[in-house]
Amino acid sequence: MLELTDIHKTYEGTPLLRGISFTVAASETVCLLGASGSGKSTLLRIIAGLEQAEQGRVYWDGQDLASIPAYRRGFGLVFQEYALFPHMNVIENVAFGLKMLDLSDQEISDRATNVLAKVNLIGFQRRRVTDLSGGEQQRVALARALAPNPHLLLFDEPLGALDRSLREQLMQELRAILHASGVPAVYVTHDQEEAFTLADRILLLHEGKIIRAGSPAEIWEEPGSAWAAHFLEIGNILQGVVKSTMGPVQVETPAGVFNFSCGHLHKVGEKVELLVRPQGVVRNAHGNLHGVVSDAIFHQDRFKVTLENGLYFYLDMAPKIGEGIALEISPAAVQCLS
Amino acid sequence: MNDIHSGKPTPRLPELNAGAPGLRERPASIKSFFPWLGVFIFLGLFFFYPLARILWVGLSSSPELIFSSNAFIVIRDAVFFTFYQSILSTLLTLALGLPAAYLFAHYDFRGRSFLRTLTAIPFMLPTVVVAAGFTALLGPRGWVNLGLMDLFGFTTPPIVFAGTLGAILLAHIFYNTSIVIRIVGNALAHLDPRLEQAALTLGAKPVRVLRQITLALLRPSILAAGLLVFIFDFTSFGVVLLLGGPRFSTLEVEIYKQAVSFFNLPLAAVLSIIQLLCTLAFSFLYTRLIPRTVVSINPRANPSIRPQTSGQRWFVVVLCISLFVFYVLPLSSLPLRSITRLEADQGQRGQVQYGLTGEYYRELFINQLGSVFYVPPFKALGNSLGYAALTVILSLLLGFPVAVALVHPGRLERLLDPFLMLPLGASAVTLGLGLIITFNKPLFSPQFRLISSPLIVPIAHTIIALPFVIRTLQPALASIPERLRQAAAVLGASPGRVWFAVDWPIVRRATLSAAVFAFTVSLGEFGAASLVVRPEYPTLPIAIARFLSLPGGQNYGQAMAMGTILMLVCGAGILFIERLRLPGTGEF
Repeated sequence: MLELTDIHKTYEGTPLLRGISFTVAASETVCLLGASGSGKSTLLRIIAGLEQAEQGRVYWDGQDLASIPAYRRGFGLVFQEYALFPHMNVIENVAFGLKMLDLSDQEISDRATNVLAKVNLIGFQRRRVTDLSGGEQQRVALARALAPNPHLLLFDEPLGALDRSLREQLMQELRAILHASGVPAVYVTHDQEEAFTLADRILLLHEGKIIRAGSPAEIWEEPGSAWAAHFLEIGNILQGVVKSTMGPVQVETPAGVFNFSCGHLHKVGEKVELLVRPQGVVRNAHGNLHGVVSDAIFHQDRFKVTLENGLYFYLDMAPKIGEGIALEISPAAVQCLS
Repeated sequence: MNDIHSGKPTPRLPELNAGAPGLRERPASIKSFFPWLGVFIFLGLFFFYPLARILWVGLSSSPELIFSSNAFIVIRDAVFFTFYQSILSTLLTLALGLPAAYLFAHYDFRGRSFLRTLTAIPFMLPTVVVAAGFTALLGPRGWVNLGLMDLFGFTTPPIVFAGTLGAILLAHIFYNTSIVIRIVGNALAHLDPRLEQAALTLGAKPVRVLRQITLALLRPSILAAGLLVFIFDFTSFGVVLLLGGPRFSTLEVEIYKQAVSFFNLPLAAVLSIIQLLCTLAFSFLYTRLIPRTVVSINPRANPSIRPQTSGQRWFVVVLCISLFVFYVLPLSSLPLRSITRLEADQGQRGQVQYGLTGEYYRELFINQLGSVFYVPPFKALGNSLGYAALTVILSLLLGFPVAVALVHPGRLERLLDPFLMLPLGASAVTLGLGLIITFNKPLFSPQFRLISSPLIVPIAHTIIALPFVIRTLQPALASIPERLRQAAAVLGASPGRVWFAVDWPIVRRATLSAAVFAFTVSLGEFGAASLVVRPEYPTLPIAIARFLSLPGGQNYGQAMAMGTILMLVCGAGILFIERLRLPGTGEF
């Protein structure tokens, strides 16, 4: 399967990728999640053979791909903003990769039509690609990449240019198609929702390195760093000092004192970063956290309440703005990030 | 040739500042016709009416004229040679232009913008200057031949250049390569590189990517560039007349010969009609192609890269040196030759004098031939400057109101706009022929013939310059957002002050640019002037052509000196316009 070892790449003199290693197993969808400019697209292009790494190797089934040009790798790549051939119609775009396989005309036409059916584009064969909507163009791009039965599918922010509702719909379809085809995939995105929806495994890319890898649930449970918790918008991040390690760990922060159980070993006086999740919080006059409400926004079935110290929580009832409130944070909502 | 057609009018910009929708489509009223009055009368009298006269003379001439064997042979040969040399020139221009376009679109190297500007300069240089430049390099008295004679003791010039097809082709390549560089290079620079990458990941080998993606996407631009080059080569006049010698006649040259040398106006008119129909057909094809040239394309230009592999480095170095040599040698030979004495004086063959001399320039003030028809060359420069100044005034006076009216086009404007551009389609020689046919008769008084008046030259030049002037002014005027005027008005400025505060600073640059353009066009124009100019009031290009055709080193030197002056003045004009050019306008 796909294996990357210690990939390095600099861009205009600054290091972009600083030792990336991971593998992709059969039928697995791996999401590379990172902020824009984190080098995730470059990594994808290195896998595809469109760029060369300065250091490190890419293997497919144990074979070093260094000397294999892009056109002989058999990897399908779906580009951001699609990169459809504007001088060809829908079916010609989809058939392009099939033509490179020297198949018979009949077979090319059959397979192209089949793939179009998979992405719900039957009837679009003769349409000009420039006349299609963004979502339709995206489907053509997917069909084009799928048609030659690639060993591996690479996605470069494929839904980035679409609006929210269309994106959600296409995410579901993409998930179904990936599962049905069983083709392993590397999916690059900066959108955590896409990554959590599509990935069997998420790789979190930050400052040229993979700082966290795991299933969506694992990463949600244990983001592993303040940056990750912040980037994934899991909850509030607080700096604090360990006050006691007898029984539950007790940490004092500017916002209040928190008690929670922690698997890590802590010393008294140690500086730690806490993740305080906004869910499961109740108003309680004797609560351990006090603050003045600066904003309360209706959010689906509850209110997102922001305090003047910048922390936010979800409450069932909206407090008044300017009101001083006390909250009880359950120990389960607090964890340390280290 | 190109001094007439230098640069197509800029494509119409989309209306960005849409006002209230109901206000835009003004109904045609007497008042809205007002700005058009001047242009209408002027073009009607001096362009459309003469054109109609050509048609009349050509079509009413007796059939024997065309089907007499002599005339038929003349027409057949001219048509054949025109197509032959145009096709050949176009193919050769593409052969140099396509690699050059790739070079400028893909690679970043030191001197890139200098080299690009260098290749663009000839496009706007007068044909006589280019002809003089190549003569100074490769002609019988040019650097190369005299150098070889001196080195190896040849008694005659070893390289025959003047009067060959090669000379015509070389000058055409020299002129038009920049068209290919601009049109194809622009498309290449905006071609989305991910399309080629997508094809690669789909299993297409690089050769296949080049054929099925890159070239397929560039095909409309290559066709458009080729067609435009072909049109310019087809209508080429000065180059063929001055470098081709008596053996070669394109339609343009044949019109001139029939009209001026044989005074066979009916045959000239027939040739003109053929020429007109051809250019109309090609121009129609070209405008059909234009919307398809920009297909698919990135809004941003791709970044160019430094050459990396040794193959890329060789490509860049070899092409750069070739382009540099090809463009610098003719352009520098001319001024250098104008201040260098390279050959023996008459009767002293063998005693060659070398050295710098200012003599050719001093001689410009003397009417050596002493003929009434030959004036001292500096007078020709004076005439040209006067004609050019008149052309600037006339074309601005006529063009400004129309450009203003075109900013918010109503039904009338949309209807009339294409007519303004028609003079671009007719060749300068045809224009001159029309003026000869129409105005070679007494007007107002028995003594006055317009064709004998010096005024006829600036009139012809204004017709040629007018489309460019309007197309330069109009985008600048249209680029001023209505909101700026409204903002100024809301802040309390009266309409007059709004105009001076908002419009004038923007329009000033465009006006200056249009004026310099008209000036340069008039200064270098050769085709129309060669038909209508009076011998006693020659323009500078006419004088250069005359001196080039005269024997003797002295005359040759003076042609070089005048050519240098013309080149410097026009070159300064071109650079000035380039610096004034508004970003985003002025492509073909």
